[in-house]
Amino acid sequence: MTAPVQVTGSAAEAQPEAMLSGMGTRIQGRSLRQIAWMRFKRDKVAVASGIVVVCLTLVAAFARVIQSVFGLDPNAFHQDLVDPVLLKPKGAFGGISWEHPLGVEPQLGRDVLARIIEGSWVSLAVAFGATVLSVVIGTVLGVIAGYYGGWIDSVISRLMDVFLAFPLLLFAIALSASLQGGAFGLHGLTPHIGVLIFVIGFFSWPYIGRIVRGQTLSLREREFIDAARSLGARGPYILFKELLPNLVAPIIVYSTLLIPTNILFEAGLSFLGVGVQPPQASWGGMLNQAITFYQVDPMFMIVPGAAIFITVLAFNMLGDGLRDALDPRSH
Amino acid sequence: MAARRGPRRPAVTAYIIRRVVGAVFLLFAVTAITFAIFFLVPRLAGETSTQLAAQYVGRDPSPEALAAVEKNLGFDLPLYQQYWQFVQGIFAGRTFQYGPDPSYCQAPCFGYSFKTHLPVWPEIAERIPVTLSLAAGAAVIWVVVGVAIGVLSALKRGSLFDRLSMGVALAGVSLPIFFTALISLALFSYKWPIFENLRYVPLTEDPVLWAKNLVLPWVTLAFLYSALYARLTRAGMLETMGEDYIRTARAKGLTERRVVVRHGLRAALTPLVTIFGLDLGLLLGGAVLTETAFSLPGVGQYAVQAITDNDLPKIMAVTTLGGFFIVVANLIVDVLYVALDPRVRYS
Repeated sequence: MTAPVQVTGSAAEAQPEAMLSGMGTRIQGRSLRQIAWMRFKRDKVAVASGIVVVCLTLVAAFARVIQSVFGLDPNAFHQDLVDPVLLKPKGAFGGISWEHPLGVEPQLGRDVLARIIEGSWVSLAVAFGATVLSVVIGTVLGVIAGYYGGWIDSVISRLMDVFLAFPLLLFAIALSASLQGGAFGLHGLTPHIGVLIFVIGFFSWPYIGRIVRGQTLSLREREFIDAARSLGARGPYILFKELLPNLVAPIIVYSTLLIPTNILFEAGLSFLGVGVQPPQASWGGMLNQAITFYQVDPMFMIVPGAAIFITVLAFNMLGDGLRDALDPRSH
Repeated sequence: MAARRGPRRPAVTAYIIRRVVGAVFLLFAVTAITFAIFFLVPRLAGETSTQLAAQYVGRDPSPEALAAVEKNLGFDLPLYQQYWQFVQGIFAGRTFQYGPDPSYCQAPCFGYSFKTHLPVWPEIAERIPVTLSLAAGAAVIWVVVGVAIGVLSALKRGSLFDRLSMGVALAGVSLPIFFTALISLALFSYKWPIFENLRYVPLTEDPVLWAKNLVLPWVTLAFLYSALYARLTRAGMLETMGEDYIRTARAKGLTERRVVVRHGLRAALTPLVTIFGLDLGLLLGGAVLTETAFSLPGVGQYAVQAITDNDLPKIMAVTTLGGFFIVVANLIVDVLYVALDPRVRYS
């Protein structure tokens, strides 16, 4: 991560322009990380989306706290606010009021804002968890396959082929449905989120696995690996101390772009009714309910859809920005 | 390059044969793993073979009837034998005996539904044209639109058109497809009833109505993929247009049009073929979300129904079919690559 582009202090002194132009402003040595950070800071879109991502993550992480502070209850019924015949909320735009800033659900009258906040927690927990799982498996197997080559590479590559040949969405639906009652002795909500993380993460690792393998293949021919080897370094040391730090940039970029994919994946499963189960709120689940009501109460469809859209868009823009900052060759 | 004339043909044949054999093995691996998972998971959750049999028989079965079904359907056999029977059924058909009389299930046989007791394959075969209509129509739109926008964006990099279309594309890949589906329904089917009473009409019955009723699903599906393909095409074009051979082509005095199309686009599109093959394969196995949102009676909707009913034979059939389409699509892409990319090495 350091050597090639570093401008050292002595190199700066050797440049006459630097001495002329800035009395006192010496050219500083910068690591690649600092250069990337500088590039990132200049990219306004990326910074803005980064701030949105941080805010969303905080909301998700402290969902329960926020709910209790503002007195939002995602599971309280307010049927007095719902038209008993049409089942749609009374008042304009899905029953927006001071007590219910985003309105209430049709039929049951639960507070939409509270359920959106509750859903953000589910959405991000599954997306982060699944991303970490697939990145860890993909990186470890990808590095091993790329570095050792030979039969180890063949076995791991064939394994990736098999995983990639699975109809992922179908499989995920079937698996999360059949694990719904709780398997392996687990029951309740948290295990179900665990099941979703497993299903999504365990079957999407080959994508990053292939990227890491490819990068490792080209890195292992580089001089610094030869140098480490000639100094007597063994496999694991080279893998984790020499190769892995050079893979951090693509892994970060890929992970940031995998999170929005996984958010959409979780939302899709919940939309199909095989994600987290009601009464637990989730964005996809709310959209599923909205199918029945989109004609009388379009707000109820727009709010969770917008929540997914904003979150996914923010992560995608952050990922694009990080890629531009970390990899100047890309466009 | 030297291999282009003489030894090319045998090498190509060998390459294709190797790919076909690989695809067959891949398919076996996928079905075996699917089979193992769906038969193991219920066992892990504590279901016995008797309980599996009970799903076939219905409510309050007598123990004798249960035992008979368990035996006739082979639930008491070891897992690998059950898998073998499953594979046999697909290729050669299979005789079941879960009533008083044995019934022959023609190849490709995926067994009988737990719920309706009807053979699974005819039901799926009936739905394949629906999914095929959806996927094929959408694919035509997204390839044309996505690639065109991507190329124009790359050629006019930094222009208003580029920034605008890339902004829309970024939004497009960030929208969940079931949300765009609902919005398009709310707008164009309910608010402004241009496409009313959407139901699937077979192409052979009424081609005009077939197309009219599929316009919304096509556009919705194609919107997502066009966005994706526009981004990919633009990135690929920018990369290839910076290559040395493009400068060489220009220096030779070729027209700009020829440089862009024959030298730039061809190289930029080759990797896109792989992605297109995979995407199409995945969609043919069931455009699950789109079909659910538009209530299209395709394979994807069937899959969701099978899963909601916990109807194991149907689930197995649909996942096997999905895997089949992916593997076949991959195979076709691999073979096409020989024609598209002269740099492919046949090893």
